[in-house]
Amino acid sequence: MAQEIADIQEIVEAQFGTAVRNFHMDFDVITFEVDAEKNTALLLFLKNEETLQFHFLTDLCGIHYPENDDDHQFAVVYHMHNWVTNTRIKIKAYVNATPEIKTASNIFLCANWMERETYDFYGIHFSGHPQLKRILNMDEMLSFPMRKEFPMEDSGRTDKDDRYFGRTTTNA
Amino acid sequence: MVAPPDGVVGEGFFATKLNDVVGLARANSLWPLPFATSCCGIEFMATMASHYDLARFGSERVSFSPRQADMLLVMGTISKKMGPILRQVYEQMAEPRWVIAVGACASSGGVFDTYSVLQGIDKVIPVDVYVPGCPPRPEQIVDGVMKLQELVKSESVRRRSSPEYQELLASYNIK
Repeated sequence: MAQEIADIQEIVEAQFGTAVRNFHMDFDVITFEVDAEKNTALLLFLKNEETLQFHFLTDLCGIHYPENDDDHQFAVVYHMHNWVTNTRIKIKAYVNATPEIKTASNIFLCANWMERETYDFYGIHFSGHPQLKRILNMDEMLSFPMRKEFPMEDSGRTDKDDRYFGRTTTNA
Repeated sequence: MVAPPDGVVGEGFFATKLNDVVGLARANSLWPLPFATSCCGIEFMATMASHYDLARFGSERVSFSPRQADMLLVMGTISKKMGPILRQVYEQMAEPRWVIAVGACASSGGVFDTYSVLQGIDKVIPVDVYVPGCPPRPEQIVDGVMKLQELVKSESVRRRSSPEYQELLASYNIK
């Protein structure tokens, strides 16, 4: 028996008040936002509260919103799963253009590598992380490649003709 | 059977150039070192297996140690993070050594025109033969090896100590 969005909203709002907002269903997943400074408190609450039991952190990732205002440039997204009732929730915490947020690696051990990956690709700093360094890209890389301002294509390419890759409009 | 090189034949003797004999020996005993990272490696497995049988060309013994290999076959996408490792493998090979870039990714980066992928292994090591294809069929890999055999046969035994070769290695910053 899956938990309903209204029940979860009631329990979480009773504890966090205005720090949580915008409860809605997004692609059939319960979704809401939390203030960035309340992220670890919320994760702990969801994990330990008897009636919620979100014991499992499925995923943790970043998003870049270059169009948003300065305080909502980046989002850290937490996906959690209740194995007892088979309920999934998604929590977004927005951070500003110099992104920093508290680490969840002491609550869920799996967050360690996922936060390193998020740092690697978005440059989001997780304060209190035991070893915040690049995990997938090479250590010498200077940029954070999943930020929108970063070009996806390699600047070192020399042998590729733009005409054959649909990069010119006239094909001339 | 491999045809003998040009030379003078008489009763009980055969005279030819040392270059040709050494080239012949080298070309017909190229020990491959497969550096396989993706689907081209699967095609190489077929190339080594009984149907296409690369052993017919003297490449029976696949060396998984760079120190005993002559021919480095790089098959698959090489990420920039793997570049230094590939280079170290190449540096560990003893002279004379040859490199075949098998497939589009190893030759030019292929479809992976992106920040994390090396745009062709010739950015980090010198390459002798490029085999096109995504992935190339075993026939094409065999063709690449045969092209390399032609190179090896015609190569001077002194090429590796020539200033041009030293310059080539120096341009890749390889000692």
